Amino acid sequence: MGKNLLKKVWELHKVRTLPSGQDQLYIGLHLIHEVTSPQAFAMLAERGLKVLHPERTFATVDHIVPTDDQNRPFKDELAERMIQALEDNTAEHGIPFFGLDSGLQGIVHIIGPELGLSQPGMTIACGDSHTSTHGALGAIAFGIGTSQVRDVLATQALAFNPLKVRRIEVKGTLGSGVYSKDIILRVIAELGGKGGLGHAYEYGGPAIEALPMEARLTICNMSIEGGARVGYINPDRVTFDYLKDRRFVPKGEGFERAVQYWKQIASDPDAEYDDRFELDADTLEPMVAWGINPGQAVGVLEKLPVLSELKAEDREVAEVAYSHTRFRPGQPIKGQKIDVAFIGSCTNGRVSDLREAARLVQGHKAAAHVKALVVPGSQAVAEQAESEGLPGIFRQAGFEWRGPGCSMCLGMNPDVLQGDQICASSSNRNFIGRQGSPTGRTLLMSPAMVAVAALAGEVADVREFAQGGRG
Amino acid sequence: MSQRTSVIREITGRAVAVRGNDIDTDRIIPARYMKELTFDQLGQYNFYDQRFDSSGKSLDHPLNDPRFQGAGVLLVNKNFGCGSSREHAPQALMRWGIRAIIGESFAEIFAGNCTALGVPTLTVGHGEIEELMNLVEAEPRTEFRIDLESRQVQAGSSKVSFSLSASQAQVFLSGTWDTTTSLLDGLEEVQATAARLPYIKDFPYDRPRG
Repeated sequence: MGKNLLKKVWELHKVRTLPSGQDQLYIGLHLIHEVTSPQAFAMLAERGLKVLHPERTFATVDHIVPTDDQNRPFKDELAERMIQALEDNTAEHGIPFFGLDSGLQGIVHIIGPELGLSQPGMTIACGDSHTSTHGALGAIAFGIGTSQVRDVLATQALAFNPLKVRRIEVKGTLGSGVYSKDIILRVIAELGGKGGLGHAYEYGGPAIEALPMEARLTICNMSIEGGARVGYINPDRVTFDYLKDRRFVPKGEGFERAVQYWKQIASDPDAEYDDRFELDADTLEPMVAWGINPGQAVGVLEKLPVLSELKAEDREVAEVAYSHTRFRPGQPIKGQKIDVAFIGSCTNGRVSDLREAARLVQGHKAAAHVKALVVPGSQAVAEQAESEGLPGIFRQAGFEWRGPGCSMCLGMNPDVLQGDQICASSSNRNFIGRQGSPTGRTLLMSPAMVAVAALAGEVADVREFAQGGRG
Repeated sequence: MSQRTSVIREITGRAVAVRGNDIDTDRIIPARYMKELTFDQLGQYNFYDQRFDSSGKSLDHPLNDPRFQGAGVLLVNKNFGCGSSREHAPQALMRWGIRAIIGESFAEIFAGNCTALGVPTLTVGHGEIEELMNLVEAEPRTEFRIDLESRQVQAGSSKVSFSLSASQAQVFLSGTWDTTTSLLDGLEEVQATAARLPYIKDFPYDRPRG
């Protein structure tokens, strides 16, 4: 039997077995940001340690950045202090920092792939759970806590227990109006939010192979929502074409050598897996996560679950969800009124996401009661979108066009829900309070679904609008 | 980090139960309280939006209940700590006084963060956690004695066995749960590993100037 990519990368990066029985793994790329790094730098200072490989560490600022007025100093004093700390720490330790004036700033999981820092067969760590995103390039990418950020800064390594690998095979072809976001929401709904504990998810099969890179990033991004800390897709022609000529990717002969390695690091055709799961893209519908975790999701034409039909364990969480959302068991999700529409985040803030949303809203108007905002994931995404005239299309349709940042995904910057507003959101989590208001409500869906929800003022079926999809 | 090499063999104290599956780290520590450069203030914010309403009025929550103040053991259900990797979550619990968590299952990053702070995450079955939760809700003064060596918790007349990953057991019982120290020991091997990686030796990053 052959080996899967995780096993190959693991063996190549294994430094030694620790006395705990865990494996010490070398980390090829360390990405840091303003929220989970200042405490780690303080711990280093306290111990008299320095950053071992500043040249394999890259920093940007994303969570706390305001998206309306990005002039310094920020109006929020705490946010200003956090960006200053990151500027000071990166300067002191010689770490490249993509700040607001660099033209390269953005959400850390958008810029890693975009700059070609994230590459196949690499181990990547970042103090953020959505680091799984980078797995779309065939990397093994771990979300870590701050003590582990300290570990990587000081030793360029981490201690891990071995992971099992579940192969998620997606057969068939995505229909029009159905996107990679719908694939991952369906996977989580089927396997559950804890189904992936102890596992890495390897996504493959015809429907995955047909996806462009940006759509693949969306899938790997939400692996953690299924409990899998790591998710990846084997590198192929799509991956190589995506990486070619990117800023940090070797050029010329170097690129040829890279492709050789990238090809051989992919899972062997007869690779072994600890578990397998199959999904059919042909029958997939646009999905809406309605509850308080991303696994509580239904097809747009389905009704919300009736409590008595749920397993005891799911029922308890569904009861909490109904008490928070005040939706009715058995109600259709289509037609549910919304107050806010948010397009952006590390899940769906790439230019292809914005393009598809713009295509759908062009020549239409957002419903009068809906506050709609579009937040590009990075300065490069914003620049590309501007060159294609997307901001004008959005503004004409009544959407606000903002500066890059995490924005309304997580309530750490001025973009937050008010009171119990309902938000159609292209982000990744619908946890209670996630979007900054303890009573706010989040409906997760693809950016195209958010776009049409904004137009309709309620959850709508994108398939009834202009045809698109397959990404 | 003065505590970085202590052996953790036994944890004693009263317990508090926070019921529910899939309790995420956004609920444990709302993101707005993460706009801090240190973890020092976090103890007061844990489960904030579950404990207080928008006007700051106390809500009905076990962590607000005077009977459970001073508890050192947290009892939880399935997939506790899912979601964000924020170490702020276990930091907030630890700074409130939690020194061990017993539950049905834990999200992986959360459990790893707890280990790094010297807070064991111990798993028991559904029946066992119900027994312990019911016990502590009926008798909040019950003393818990967690023994990592025998992997048993004694609470009143109840005695329950728990699982603990082999690596967690080893690092707590040997006092080596501070990973930086053990990772630094292997620094030469780290450099040797790096030297054989194709993306370091054969096709390094193209580093444009400017």
